[in-house]
Amino acid sequence: MEAAMGLMRRIPPKHIETGLSALLSLLPHHSSELLSQVDQPLQVLSDMDCGKEFILCEYNRDADSYRSPWSNKYHPPLEDGSLPSLQLRKLEIEANDIFAIYRDQYYEGGISSVYMWEDDNEGFVACFLIKKDGSKTGQGRRGYLQEGAWEAIHVIEVGPEEEGTTNYRLTSTVMLSLTTNNESSGTFSLSGSIRREMNMRVPLAEGHLCNMGRMIEEMEGKMRNSLDQVYFGKTREMVCTLRPPSEVVQMRMPES
Amino acid sequence: MAEEEEEAELSEKQKVEIAKWFLLNSPPGEIQYVAKDVKSILNDDGVYDEASSEAFPLYNKSHMICLQMPDRSGDVLVTSFNELDVNAFLDPRSAQVAIVDHVKQDCIEVRPAKDEELPSPYIEEFRCALDAEVMRYVDEAYPKGVCSVLCVNGKDVDGPGSDFELVVVISAARLSPQNFCNGSWRSVWNVGFKDDQQRVEVKGKIQVGAHYFEEGNVQLDAKHECEDSTLFQSPEDCALSISSIIRHHETEYLASLEASYLNLPDTTFKDLRRKLPVTRTLFPWHNTMQFSLTRDISKELGIEK
Repeated sequence: MEAAMGLMRRIPPKHIETGLSALLSLLPHHSSELLSQVDQPLQVLSDMDCGKEFILCEYNRDADSYRSPWSNKYHPPLEDGSLPSLQLRKLEIEANDIFAIYRDQYYEGGISSVYMWEDDNEGFVACFLIKKDGSKTGQGRRGYLQEGAWEAIHVIEVGPEEEGTTNYRLTSTVMLSLTTNNESSGTFSLSGSIRREMNMRVPLAEGHLCNMGRMIEEMEGKMRNSLDQVYFGKTREMVCTLRPPSEVVQMRMPES
Repeated sequence: MAEEEEEAELSEKQKVEIAKWFLLNSPPGEIQYVAKDVKSILNDDGVYDEASSEAFPLYNKSHMICLQMPDRSGDVLVTSFNELDVNAFLDPRSAQVAIVDHVKQDCIEVRPAKDEELPSPYIEEFRCALDAEVMRYVDEAYPKGVCSVLCVNGKDVDGPGSDFELVVVISAARLSPQNFCNGSWRSVWNVGFKDDQQRVEVKGKIQVGAHYFEEGNVQLDAKHECEDSTLFQSPEDCALSISSIIRHHETEYLASLEASYLNLPDTTFKDLRRKLPVTRTLFPWHNTMQFSLTRDISKELGIEK
């Protein structure tokens, strides 16, 4: 298992799906562990009832069907698929509506889904998903990207209320890939995935949605920043170490 | 689960293919780490040995790895252009042949090259002059670059009147796993000497890769191709103009890579996720009621977008 995760850390992020299915076939007895530890690109289904798309993950799956957050129905239909309690479903509906607006303001497009379910210790778990195709043939408004995808998975474990405060434990994964392609500079492709955790105990006065939303917003901002500055910055630094920019070279050149 | 039962029975051949896939997709300089993990997952030395004996030579050649020759006669590049045999690679600069162990990524021994393995004196004049110029450029431009000039076509041409082709390979790798970062720059320049047109055609392919893996896995994969040409002149003049073509295109490419990086935060990245919402203020989580209100109103007025 350790070796398998080692491999997934080295395989090009754009080949994650192939890598995972290869590992699953080599290590069938570790399949549930692999599926829970390796984040895969998000798949989408269309909810026939309301004509909206929703995101598939382990958290809205029952047998081979997936529950839509819009109609609360399983696709393909499932007789006795598990559903959240009425009260939690109410929060889920609200979360989906608000998160769709949040998503639109930051992503200018994309698809989002929120799923909630009760857990064993009086709290609940919420999963916020976003998928955005930023390519010029997709929803990239500025048209810079030949290929571009941002996928975010935020899972929040919400503890029970204690003296007016609640503990939130957030685990976020962002998977990103982008390719630009033009005549003068060829293809330039960056891809990556990072995972971060955050713990917070906050008053419940403003409600779960407000607390979870702020946490996700802060986390997404931080992750976007580290991908941009740290991770892409490091690969840029590497390029400059391999072949330093010409100004540096010219200074060392005795002639010309 | 039923599906697992089916998948559990992989043939040896399928296992070898999967193992090869992982090995060949190793980032620059990381195949040994990948090999260790693949070996422990397979738990079958026979399968592993078969996969590694097939994958390592391919990886070594496509990454153009550089190996030190044992007698301090310098470095030899492992490429498909100087491959005499599966594990024998010509180093024309020292006129030696390096015998390599692909899986250990080590040069075991060297032997002098036979006459028939080396180009004719006529070709060697061009090759040697170009090698000297390219070496000068690589020393200046790459802190850790290695280069070689090889004849890939017409090595036995013994005088004017026939076409021949040289290839310039440049390989620079920087491995610093302690800083969670590895990278490589590889360029291949095919140089075709066209005798009848008295021109030299230059075609370049540059590939740059980098992997940063501290608490994540981020990889750069950049490729570029270009073409240029110059006059067929004396070996020395050819060497000068070809190396300056290479220098020019590689410098330009590096600048365009820099530009791609500079464009990231403000333009490219924005199409994926903005830094701030379209409203330019943080999302009003404390006041989400306003959305249900405005949505209801816009629905009523029919101005929903």
